[in-house]
Amino acid sequence: MMVTVALFGVLTLVALAPIAIALSAKPNATGFVYGACLIVTLILFLLALHSLLEHPAASTITLPLGLPWLGAHFKIDPLSAFFLVVVNLGAAAASLFALGYGRHEESPQRVLPFFPVYLAAMNLVVLADDAFSFLLSWELMSLSSWALVITDHRRAENRRAGYVYLLMASFGTLTLLLAFGLMAGGDGAYAFDAIRAAHPTIGTAALVLILALIGAGSKAGLVPLHAWLPLAHPAAPSHVSALMSGVMTKVAVYGFIRIAFDLLGTPQWWWSLVVLALGGVTAVMGVLYALMQRDLKRVLAYSTIENIGVIFASLGLALAFKAYAMDVAAALALTAALLHVFNHSLFKSLLFFGAGSVLTATGTRDMEQLGGLIHRMPQTAFVFLIGCTAISALPPLNGFVSEWLSFQAILLSPQLPSWGLKLMVPAVGALLALSAALAAACFVRAFGIVFLGRPRSSEAAAAQETDTNSLAAMYALAATCLIAGILPGIFIDALAPVVQALTGARMPVQTGAEWMSIVPIAESRSSYNGLLVFAFMVITGMATAFAIHRFASDKIRRGPAWGCGYPDASPLTQYSASSFAQPIRRVFGSLVFRAREIGTMPPPGSRAPATLTVQLRDLIWDFAYAPVANAVGLIAERLNYLQFLTIRSYLTLVFAALVILLMVLATWP
Amino acid sequence: MQGITFDIAHMLAGSLVLVSFIQLYQQRLSALLNIFALHAFVLAASVAWQAYVQDAPHLYITALIALVFKAIVIPLALRRIVIKLGIHREIENVFGVGLAMLLGIGLVALSMVVMLRVTSGADPLAREDLAFALSVVLLGMLMMVTRRNAVSQVVGFMSLENGLVLAATGAKGMPLVVEISIAFSVLIAFIVIGIFLFRIRERFDTVDMQAMDRFRGEQR
Repeated sequence: MMVTVALFGVLTLVALAPIAIALSAKPNATGFVYGACLIVTLILFLLALHSLLEHPAASTITLPLGLPWLGAHFKIDPLSAFFLVVVNLGAAAASLFALGYGRHEESPQRVLPFFPVYLAAMNLVVLADDAFSFLLSWELMSLSSWALVITDHRRAENRRAGYVYLLMASFGTLTLLLAFGLMAGGDGAYAFDAIRAAHPTIGTAALVLILALIGAGSKAGLVPLHAWLPLAHPAAPSHVSALMSGVMTKVAVYGFIRIAFDLLGTPQWWWSLVVLALGGVTAVMGVLYALMQRDLKRVLAYSTIENIGVIFASLGLALAFKAYAMDVAAALALTAALLHVFNHSLFKSLLFFGAGSVLTATGTRDMEQLGGLIHRMPQTAFVFLIGCTAISALPPLNGFVSEWLSFQAILLSPQLPSWGLKLMVPAVGALLALSAALAAACFVRAFGIVFLGRPRSSEAAAAQETDTNSLAAMYALAATCLIAGILPGIFIDALAPVVQALTGARMPVQTGAEWMSIVPIAESRSSYNGLLVFAFMVITGMATAFAIHRFASDKIRRGPAWGCGYPDASPLTQYSASSFAQPIRRVFGSLVFRAREIGTMPPPGSRAPATLTVQLRDLIWDFAYAPVANAVGLIAERLNYLQFLTIRSYLTLVFAALVILLMVLATWP
Repeated sequence: MQGITFDIAHMLAGSLVLVSFIQLYQQRLSALLNIFALHAFVLAASVAWQAYVQDAPHLYITALIALVFKAIVIPLALRRIVIKLGIHREIENVFGVGLAMLLGIGLVALSMVVMLRVTSGADPLAREDLAFALSVVLLGMLMMVTRRNAVSQVVGFMSLENGLVLAATGAKGMPLVVEISIAFSVLIAFIVIGIFLFRIRERFDTVDMQAMDRFRGEQR
């Protein structure tokens, strides 16, 4: 029943695409399409929320589509219900934001038809209950988002982003195809139920896990498969960037969880080593890259990579605990991962909306051109600050809760029997702690350069506050961030059926704890109370403000900013994004990016300006991607010769191939 | 009954392979066309025998199609084309005759090994038929590869197709409509190729494929 309604919603979204094409000439097409998307995704969101909270029995349907002997299976179980919540909450927020943002679109006809299809495809991936429907929806999701990435195809960098994205997406789908093929076996039992019932050998299961990690990881942005993500996510229109970063990476995480935790059965302990290592490296690399960027949306995209690293590290930990049948610990780690999935989808969408509002108001994403926006866009600045606080994992917001739960799970690692894991998990924990600190620096930098100080360009000086719809979407997300931060118990309890189904245990019931605390394992060990922290901050803040204004002076005095002794008060003398990142670049850059600073000082008397050039190299691109691209180019050039043979040479080639194949068949043991 | 039917089917399919070999070393186009007619005639006989053995009357129609179109109509038409083009002179092989024969023998051995391996457990009549059919197909391809005259490549293609028909009739239960459509597609292919031959000739003054390669600016 549930799944039928959900599929009707998806069908409505797909049907919106031709309507959008038909309407695209009309001026009110934007409002109609995004309004319809908003209504449908809200219905889907409520439906998914109902399935998750009331957890009725899994709802399935088999449609006579797809492969003839298989049909198309769809199902809502707790895991897919949770991800449906994430997808449709993000989609509804993006639709609401786009009601305002979409009006500034240069060519709405390039976005409107693909946007609802993209939403439908993400829903379908989560609903699919057989490998065929899953892969088909996955490809639909990739293709529709690709079309959205190259919306502004006149810029060469966007075309390149689309090209790299398409390549990586096909590669990822290929590995997923192989993974499902291995799981389904020779009989083509592609339904998830049949895959679950089959018991793959240890070698096959390991191969499937690696393939799934590559396939889902390339979509989610795991280092070193992340190369497309910082190119493609910023290239799309901002509401689509928010969906790609906030939601589509989560759909990829769903794919990994579905395969690794549900379909493959009992994990081997060493699987978790791979996942943990990749997660830790991804977290640190992502945030280091983010710190080096000047493009606001690219900062956000790299920060997505960091958060994906955190999620995968928690997932790896859950795999480790599950392999040793430590169900309660596995439940804790998995809850941390899922909660971070939810939280990250909230604040990353919020931040991308903020970046979109800034982009609309100033026409640039370059942080060195921005500044001082807090005076011109106070509301955007406020919600953006909430997003920054949340993503920096500061209490009392939601980012802190999920990262705190991850660290609680990491602190349980000494109980693991394997020495490899005992040594590995604290190392990964150190990496996560490093990345959390760097993330805070990264978002201090992003907020400070964009919103504080003085405008660095005339566009930034002339910026206007964004429209009501966009603000409503951002306020809604910011409020959800705050609620999830101060009342995390409700959200943890909502995740219990998902975790129960995948690990066989759940975290203790939180809503009953005193004072709305959350207690991951036992009260004697650790507990956290977001509400108390929030109340403390509000009360002390108010008391301080009261004390200052009441007892000191209640007069507002505006004076010239102190210029640090510089006579020239040009905005360019302010701290810039690059100068803020310089200490971190000095510490990590020479190792990770081979950063070099080349300073030239003109001789005395010369009037030429002194220069300082910073050179960064993307080592992953240089050593992992460039060789592959060069090899493919070289082989293609060699094979080009085959295009100009005579007819008889082609016949001979075919004939020789046939004879060789027959000979292989004849000598096959 | 089993012994003699099997022997006759074996003999007919074997003679088809033999005629394929004869085709391989024909140096003149007119002689090649005669042998091709013989090839199709043996095929018709083999199919008719299969029809009798399998008690499948529709195979008689296949045999009739093979006899009328492949043994009579197409060779006559090809002969007309050859005479019209004025190329009933000697044709050159790419390899020597001896090498082509050796290759052919190798291919027959290969197809025997493959087919007898993969069809173990099937009806012995069908097994033999399939092995011979594969040999005929491979020999037809060998002919297409070794000849450089367009007409003899067409003959190679047609004899390849004969091998396919032999395989199809050996397998029981092939619907008549498939055979008829194959027959028609071959006829249409023949018409198209015939038209092309004249067009090629018009444009290049020859149907020697090497001349066309030269025309493309490639010397080999």
